[in-house]
Amino acid sequence: MSQIASTAELRPVPPVGVSDELSSEHPVVFEVRDLDVFYGDFQAVRGIDLDIRQHEITALIGPSGCGKSTVIRCLNRMNDLIETARVEGTVTYHGVDLYGPDVDPVEVRRRIGMVFQKPNPFPKSIYENVAFGPRIAGLTADLDDIVEESLRKAALWDEVKDKLDEPALALSGGQQQRLCIARAIATSPDVVLMDEPASALDPIATLRIEELMIELKEDYTIIVVTHNMQQAARVSDRTAFFSVEVGEGGRRTGRLVEFDLTERIFTSPSEKETEDYITGRFG
Amino acid sequence: MATRTVTAELVRRSLTRRRVGAVDTVVASLLLVALLASLAVLVTLLVDVVAKSVPVFAERGFDVVTARLSPRPEATGLIQGVFGSVVLSLFVIVAAFPLGVAAAVYLEEYARDTRLTRFLVSNVRNLAGVPSIVYGLLGLGLFVKLILEQLLGQDSGRTLVAGGLTLTVLVLPIMVITSQEALRAVPLELREASYGVGATRWETLRHHVLPTAAPAILTGAVLTIARAFGESAPLLLAGAVLSNFFAPAEGASLLSLVTSEKYTALPIVIFNWSRQPQEEFVALTAAGIVVLLVVLLAVNGAAIVTRDRFERRR
Amino acid sequence: MFVVAAASTLVISVAIVGSLVGEAISFLRSIAADVGVSALWADGWFPRRGRFDLRTIVWHTVLVAGIAMVVATPLGLGAAVYLSEYARPRLRRVLKPVLELLAGIPSVVLGFFALRFISPRIVQALWDSAQSQSLAAAGIGVGILIVPLISSVSEDALRAVPQSIREAAFGLGAQRWHTSLRVVFPAALSGVIASLILGMSRAIGETMVVAIAAGATGGSLMTLNPLEGGQTMTGAMASLAIGSDQVAGAVAAFQSLFFVGLLLFAMTFALNVVSDRVVRRFRQRY
Repeated sequence: MSQIASTAELRPVPPVGVSDELSSEHPVVFEVRDLDVFYGDFQAVRGIDLDIRQHEITALIGPSGCGKSTVIRCLNRMNDLIETARVEGTVTYHGVDLYGPDVDPVEVRRRIGMVFQKPNPFPKSIYENVAFGPRIAGLTADLDDIVEESLRKAALWDEVKDKLDEPALALSGGQQQRLCIARAIATSPDVVLMDEPASALDPIATLRIEELMIELKEDYTIIVVTHNMQQAARVSDRTAFFSVEVGEGGRRTGRLVEFDLTERIFTSPSEKETEDYITGRFG
Repeated sequence: MATRTVTAELVRRSLTRRRVGAVDTVVASLLLVALLASLAVLVTLLVDVVAKSVPVFAERGFDVVTARLSPRPEATGLIQGVFGSVVLSLFVIVAAFPLGVAAAVYLEEYARDTRLTRFLVSNVRNLAGVPSIVYGLLGLGLFVKLILEQLLGQDSGRTLVAGGLTLTVLVLPIMVITSQEALRAVPLELREASYGVGATRWETLRHHVLPTAAPAILTGAVLTIARAFGESAPLLLAGAVLSNFFAPAEGASLLSLVTSEKYTALPIVIFNWSRQPQEEFVALTAAGIVVLLVVLLAVNGAAIVTRDRFERRR
Repeated sequence: MFVVAAASTLVISVAIVGSLVGEAISFLRSIAADVGVSALWADGWFPRRGRFDLRTIVWHTVLVAGIAMVVATPLGLGAAVYLSEYARPRLRRVLKPVLELLAGIPSVVLGFFALRFISPRIVQALWDSAQSQSLAAAGIGVGILIVPLISSVSEDALRAVPQSIREAAFGLGAQRWHTSLRVVFPAALSGVIASLILGMSRAIGETMVVAIAAGATGGSLMTLNPLEGGQTMTGAMASLAIGSDQVAGAVAAFQSLFFVGLLLFAMTFALNVVSDRVVRRFRQRY
């Protein structure tokens, strides 16, 4: 019944010193404070504190079952879709409480896009997939331009420009995922959340997605959940390491162990737990 | 700092802009109305039928069920119809159930995936979609006329046997399909475990697959038979008596009642009563329907309860 | 042993087709001999008078089935979409059995309901000129009969659409009606269409409701007005069957029973095959 050893709860603080330039250039987009998520009686994550900065790639890593997906889904209120889910704590987006009483989750999801683990294009044409978001947001003028630009940004345009009316499901796995990315950015979101975007893809496709992520951070803020440490090290600016604490009755609750610049996490982590995970001693 | 507050305010305003959420409510309401309409129809139907049947039950009570058919509304009753329906159901159980399960076992467990097998499966599926009255035609042409009258030389082929065979043929495809689904639901791991210890296909079936699939097969069988209980179109053609009065020959044995005497069934009696012009027959028809629905409810209910009991035991 | 059982299903098919075709051919031969094949194009369906106008009964069948589909499609599809996309599990557990109960109601019962409730309280209440037995009342009754079929097959098709697609839609900021009507429903379209075709097939083959509520049991002229009574194909067959033991000499009347039966079988068979093809051709591979 012992908690995995950890001296103190780490309260993430915008790092001072090493990367002052970074912190002053990139304002904070999300402020997560003391986030708890419950599914019914079961507590999925506990006491999460995070600062996500604009135009950065923030990676959430950790062993499976430690609540990384749960946390990321709080950022676009996708957890609202689950009946028994309950969110406590605060999530602020550009200073606005995301869970405030007047906030419309539909509007939230227009500004904060999501790409899922397994590519899930609609069973429609490539064009219709990308056009769906703008269409329902009422941006029906210049739809062709929006579609083209999104596909270009997702590095897919050259491969599909002659077959926009063909079914999206005819594309390969990697292409489908890039299509999903194009679809997500077609609504001109501010932030793109990616829940293990490359885990269902082969290594070459994975690499292309990673390159894409780095290109995209020029225009968007990216938060990526990944179980692949090397990917996090390659791609992200900051990394949050999650772990699991086993409570009574064997219930596993996720918690944040350490959150810092990626470089620091992977070269000189503050927590032993982080170091153990990075070096492969557990997880 | 100042810039930040401005942005926050803009963001807040855009996030709280209530878009046309009204459409969502309207759509959800319309869909719910569609669903509730079915509920309303069901309730209306039941209430209407029960209400119409009250005069008859109030006046005669259970006598309506036990009396024989008669041209006089105040004396007519359902018992011959009930008898016929019960015998037909038993017939179907004895004939269609083993045949249907056996066919399903073959198609699902033994047959290899050849064109012939696939053809048989799709053939069964097509048969399930054939209108019930066409089965009545088969019953009339084949069972009544051909077999019973011509081959066996009976006076009249319009007997419970013919009706029973007709219903069996009607019900068989559905029995096969539900049994197939029940067998398919048995997990592969169970079969593999049995083969792994060297059991033959038949032993695996007998000791593992069939017992596991049994509750689903039985429930499906009972529900199918309940459906057959309510069928009337095929019987109409296969010779069920549709008059206000018929009496079996004096001293007829049970065997001859089934094999050589005229017969009727509960839904047929109801149908006949619905066609009578006299006002009293409206209440009688309703009463017949109530009896039919009670029987169906009891049978369906028993099937579901038994299935639940089986599943809980496992 | 099992093989025999399975083979018996094939035997049944053959028997059906065989008996139908056999009698149907002798029907055609006998009227060709007696009255001439023009009897098939006569004025109205009056078998005892030797008039076997196919147009009458086929048109009436289509009319009744059409009315049934108009009633059943919104109710069935609406219920299916609601149960699949909107209803919370608890609500679903309460409401779904309603449809299953409706499915278990025998057609005689629905026929009685059509005659004694739908006709007086609905059809005749709305339209003064409606007869007490009408194609409209029968059509509505048949519609109620097929709602559970359309609903359950469509609902299966809707639920087969993977949850990941709904998540993708919600993630893009779609409201629930966007997702359910513009993403999920189109994705399940082949199954939905199949359910409608099956419903149509069942409506065409339904006997008891029309036998009780559609009237015109002796025979009828063709009518375009659903508020009047009329014979459908199945109604004609039922009438012939009821009267057949009294009909001694009119062999053609008796045989016409099989002829119409063959026609009915062909129509429903064709629809069922089309429904199968639709599912197979347009099924989305997710």
